[in-house]
Amino acid sequence: MKERSRQGRRREAVSAAFKAGVPVLLGYTSIGFAFGLVLVGLGLPWWLAPTMALFVFAGAAQFMGAGLLAAGAGLGEIALLTLLMNGRHMVYGLSVLDAYKGAGWRKPYLIFGLTDETYGIVTTIAPPPGSDPIDFYFALTALNQLWWFLGCLAGAAIGRAVPFDTSGLEFAMTALFVVLLMEQLRSIRRAEPYLAAAAAVVIASIAVGPDNLILVATILSCAFLLALRRRLEPAGGAGSAR
Amino acid sequence: MTRLILAVAAMTALTVLTRAAPFLFFSRRKPPAAVDYLQAYLPPALMTILVLSAFKDVAWAEFPHGIPAIAGAAATALVHLAKRNVLLSIACGTAAFIALTRLLA
Repeated sequence: MKERSRQGRRREAVSAAFKAGVPVLLGYTSIGFAFGLVLVGLGLPWWLAPTMALFVFAGAAQFMGAGLLAAGAGLGEIALLTLLMNGRHMVYGLSVLDAYKGAGWRKPYLIFGLTDETYGIVTTIAPPPGSDPIDFYFALTALNQLWWFLGCLAGAAIGRAVPFDTSGLEFAMTALFVVLLMEQLRSIRRAEPYLAAAAAVVIASIAVGPDNLILVATILSCAFLLALRRRLEPAGGAGSAR
Repeated sequence: MTRLILAVAAMTALTVLTRAAPFLFFSRRKPPAAVDYLQAYLPPALMTILVLSAFKDVAWAEFPHGIPAIAGAAATALVHLAKRNVLLSIACGTAAFIALTRLLA
């Protein structure tokens, strides 16, 4: 009986993760599909797309890597640009240190799969009450990677034979970030973090243009937030923001 | 072939390194107060960055001047304000974006 209810709670966590991740399903399958198409179009072998989805699991870095490989770039160049492109992920972990505490054997995978979209959902949408949050996070991460893998595989396998028009579906990702931002606005009702980040984006786009925009804006935002610490901290409430 | 596999290995290692850095760094020591503070305010800042940077490749000077992207984001936000249903908001926003992209092509 007890075992059964535990199973029921687990199933509930998985189904909540599925629902929370449907926008990612739309976005990852269509962007993954586009990635597969691009990769094959660049003249690279098709198996590289699902292999990257399985091991690298990073959207922008994969597009960049495929382009560099096709252009005959060296390993050092690819390594350096991957580091630059994913540098923003270095701060993502900070917000989920507590949430992922006690994840045990599942923790390495949770960390491996901490993409922009997974990070956004984990920090915004609460796991179903009564369930083990780690079940929710784990299912969410694994489903997200499954959608990404299927998209990359399908794009590479089918894409060279049949021309497909899935253009526009990738906007689901932007829409997801808009929704997550609105949920953040609901829980953190201080203007400073949003304004600091907006200022960081403007400065970064003037300083470096579109290519390293997110990385530079992330670093600037951290600096701005640290400068605002005295202003923001005594107000409290931030600790329970999630 | 070897070159491709080595490249995938390098990209994997460096991506994992960036994602694991905070966990490796703070596995044994308690994060300083500044990090505690940052982790609370980073999600709103990062979501702002991710939303704004989605517009970074829009060609503002050329027709249709980013109208589909702006309208798609606005539709998402308005539907979300009205219904607060994540899937519905995203479906409406994406539909608006796709429809406007094709209408204004």
